[in-house]
Amino acid sequence: MRIGTVLRPALVLLLVALVLRPAWFTPLFAPLAPANAPVIYERSSLLSLSLSHLGLVAAATAAATLVAVGLAIFVTRPAGAAFRPLSRTITNMGQTFPPVAVLALAVPALGFGAGPTLVALFLYGLLPIFENSVTALSTLPPATMEAARGIGLNRWQRLVRVELPLALPVMLTGIRLSVVIALGTATIGSTVAARTLGEVIIAGLLTNNTAFVLQGGLIVGLFAVLIYDALVQLETRLARRAGA
Amino acid sequence: MIEIDRITKTYGDSTAVDGVTMTAETGTITVIVGTSGSGKTTLLRMINRLEEPSSGEVRINGESTRATKPHLLRRRIGYAIQGHGLFPHHTVGRNIGAVPQLMGWKKDRIRARVDELLSLFSMEPDAFRDRYPAELSGGQQQRVGVARALASRPDLLLMDEPFGALDPIIRARAQDDLRRIQRRLGSTILLVTHDMEEAIRLGDRVAVMDGGRLVQHATPAEIIAQPATPLVADMVGDVERPLRLLSLIPLSELLEEGTAPGEAMPAEASLRDALAACLWSGRSAVPVTVDGVPSGRVTFEAIRARAELHA
Ligand SMILES: Nc1ncnc2c1ncn2[C@@H]1O[C@H](COP(=O)(O)OP(=O)(O)O)[C@@H](O)[C@H]1O
Ligand SMILES: [Mg+2]
Repeated sequence: MRIGTVLRPALVLLLVALVLRPAWFTPLFAPLAPANAPVIYERSSLLSLSLSHLGLVAAATAAATLVAVGLAIFVTRPAGAAFRPLSRTITNMGQTFPPVAVLALAVPALGFGAGPTLVALFLYGLLPIFENSVTALSTLPPATMEAARGIGLNRWQRLVRVELPLALPVMLTGIRLSVVIALGTATIGSTVAARTLGEVIIAGLLTNNTAFVLQGGLIVGLFAVLIYDALVQLETRLARRAGA
Repeated sequence: MIEIDRITKTYGDSTAVDGVTMTAETGTITVIVGTSGSGKTTLLRMINRLEEPSSGEVRINGESTRATKPHLLRRRIGYAIQGHGLFPHHTVGRNIGAVPQLMGWKKDRIRARVDELLSLFSMEPDAFRDRYPAELSGGQQQRVGVARALASRPDLLLMDEPFGALDPIIRARAQDDLRRIQRRLGSTILLVTHDMEEAIRLGDRVAVMDGGRLVQHATPAEIIAQPATPLVADMVGDVERPLRLLSLIPLSELLEEGTAPGEAMPAEASLRDALAACLWSGRSAVPVTVDGVPSGRVTFEAIRARAELHA
């Protein structure tokens, strides 16, 4: 906590500087770039790449959350309990498919660009959110659930007023894992022409320019660490409110 | 009036509740008592249809519970359980106001009701209304659970071991609170417990369950004086039976002319208390007051004679 109060703003500042004022870091990265090669990536703005990267992650995670939570709600109702093993198998398969394979398979169908990346990130995001949501929804305090029925809440009211709010912190943990996986995986999207920070890294790899690789990697890494941290704090706050 | 009519619940081969018939009069407390696994909870949960009976039916004021959708039926019946089951993510006020809110009461009315109930349970509304359940003691949580069950002024209140988790002193207080509030509101209560002491203390009528069957349904005095089966006798505790009986009888029943030394006792106090006072202070009689006015005495001899009546 104490260390976080100092480190957190420092990392935010570093990230903002890397994205908005990359030129400031020229002296730092210069030794890593080949002779006469550019030190700072300038083919497109790092800000727009970052926004596009985050946008892809946000869209894919939002879709994965909707589907995974919806599925988890369904299989934790009496009517859907029979589908629980099947849905688990499907989401597990989403996870075992290598992202590169998903990209390769999706390109013929969706063409180059953001489409295949969204599909890959979506499939990758499903499992952690689904698993956590199922766990959360099936381990709610029994006395609270009994009381919720006993005082006359109908199924829908129980779900919306009691089950989902109580399950939220654990669901958020799943979403957090998904987001972090997606932040990293999105970089591969640049191989099929999605606009992500992977573009910087790949340009560096293609031209043997370690400075580019480091720049792209640092920005992606900082985003991941800071977003992870923010979500952890949100979970803690929600869990405290839920009386845990 | 609650009529339970030949109600049975079977799970596979085993019978949890076996043809129970009984009637609870409006404005009374019926305590259902029995050993663990005797079917008390199942019986109670069939009344608000948390469990559907395998056969038989329940009528509330003559109307079958099957005539109403389960969740609407439950809103009319208060329900309090062991371990309170409060919503941990809602404040005390929102917990207590849950049913009125479901019934569409106006905000002001709910708030007034919440404050009224908190006061009734000796919890300062301003201090407790906005707290979360995790910020309360066990006794307070249990009282809020009961307050939630009472919030919409239900005619009928079902309570499943509501005081089971409380320590003896807090428990006795909670029982007194419940008794006082029930008298004031005139509610009908069906309360489940495994503790015969609690049953005798709280019940206008006591229903003893054994292996899914109702083995005796009678006033506490009858249960003590004439236990219907060896199990009931065992639960009442043979040795303590005279004391339990005396605890049910007020001094007014044995009031006689005359004076006695020492501190006076009110006429509503029990013979058990008077007996204790006699033994403790070595007196052979205690003075009795009616509404604060000295009105005679109760003698040790009279108490003894009364206890022997049933021996
Ligand atoms: N949902 C259920 N499925 C199977 N058996 C049950 C179920 N609920 C209760 N029982 C059985 O019914 C009997 C009575 O249980 P219960 O009413 O909870 O007893 P009590 O409240 O008196 O302890 C027990 O033998 C219990 O195991
Ligand atoms: Mg029980």
